[in-house]
Amino acid sequence: MSQDHSLNPETMPHDPAKATTEGKHKFFGLWFFLGGETVLFACFFGTFIALRNSTAGGPTSQELFGLELVFLMTILLLTSSLTSVYAIYHMKNNDFKKMQLWFGITALLGIGFLACELYEFAHYITEYGFTFRSSAFGSSFYTLVGFHGGHVVFGLSWLIALMVRNAKRGLNLYNAPKYNTFSLYWHFIDVVWVFIFTVVYLMGMVS
Amino acid sequence: MNNDNMNIDKINSFQKQQNKEEMKKQIITFVLMIAFTVVAFAVVASGLEAIYAVPLILILAVVQVGFQFYYFMHMKDEGHEVPSSLIFGGIWVAVLTILTMTTIIWW
Repeated sequence: MSQDHSLNPETMPHDPAKATTEGKHKFFGLWFFLGGETVLFACFFGTFIALRNSTAGGPTSQELFGLELVFLMTILLLTSSLTSVYAIYHMKNNDFKKMQLWFGITALLGIGFLACELYEFAHYITEYGFTFRSSAFGSSFYTLVGFHGGHVVFGLSWLIALMVRNAKRGLNLYNAPKYNTFSLYWHFIDVVWVFIFTVVYLMGMVS
Repeated sequence: MNNDNMNIDKINSFQKQQNKEEMKKQIITFVLMIAFTVVAFAVVASGLEAIYAVPLILILAVVQVGFQFYYFMHMKDEGHEVPSSLIFGGIWVAVLTILTMTTIIWW
């Protein structure tokens, strides 16, 4: 670890996530990924919008959805977005413990969101018999919302791995870019959720 | 390694103040985003007709996502030309994709 010294400077630069070339590359790489993710989710949204009324005699969106649970999930994910902003704020102030604390809260809120989603899916399957195979609406619904849920699972695993691996290391120029790219990814998950609650749930309840 | 966490007092106070100002803007952003969410849910709960409700909640979603990108993800800051072009490129393809799947292929 001959680089150890240069990655642990006496004074942290203003934006530790982008102070090294590798950090800058991680930053741009993640945005490339998010550009691709936008298109990927657009395909799922397009499919869902096209097929959402093809219920094949099965449950419709008006029969299934309830506003309360979706509102709770939205608040959980939105708040977790803010807590990761707090974590990055503490990273810029070079306060590692507070950064870990706020990322920990982010993880808990993400787990809360995931628990609600699992409850929701289980409720649809057991109470309404609404599964992936029920109708074209069912397939496109579980693909879109389930894929977003999969992104939350991946994000949580990423965050927990980062937090555990770096717990004793403290903040340095090696791991600051990693935390920063995670927080950008997490905000993007929230962006996708905003369109899911609007297009899938809210539009499903009005029309 | 143990003194890594002690660097906090070495951060220059001007920078700290700047970070604090930035954080205030982020909290205002968060409050606005919650407000947009509450309004969108209230519109649907009130039973407004679809022809008015759907465009309204879509606009609220777009504005909320704009706040998320520009403030939470710092796209308003300097050095975000590449991320902006990537995201807008992605949105352009996304709009075409959704347009294709929802209208054109059914004609």
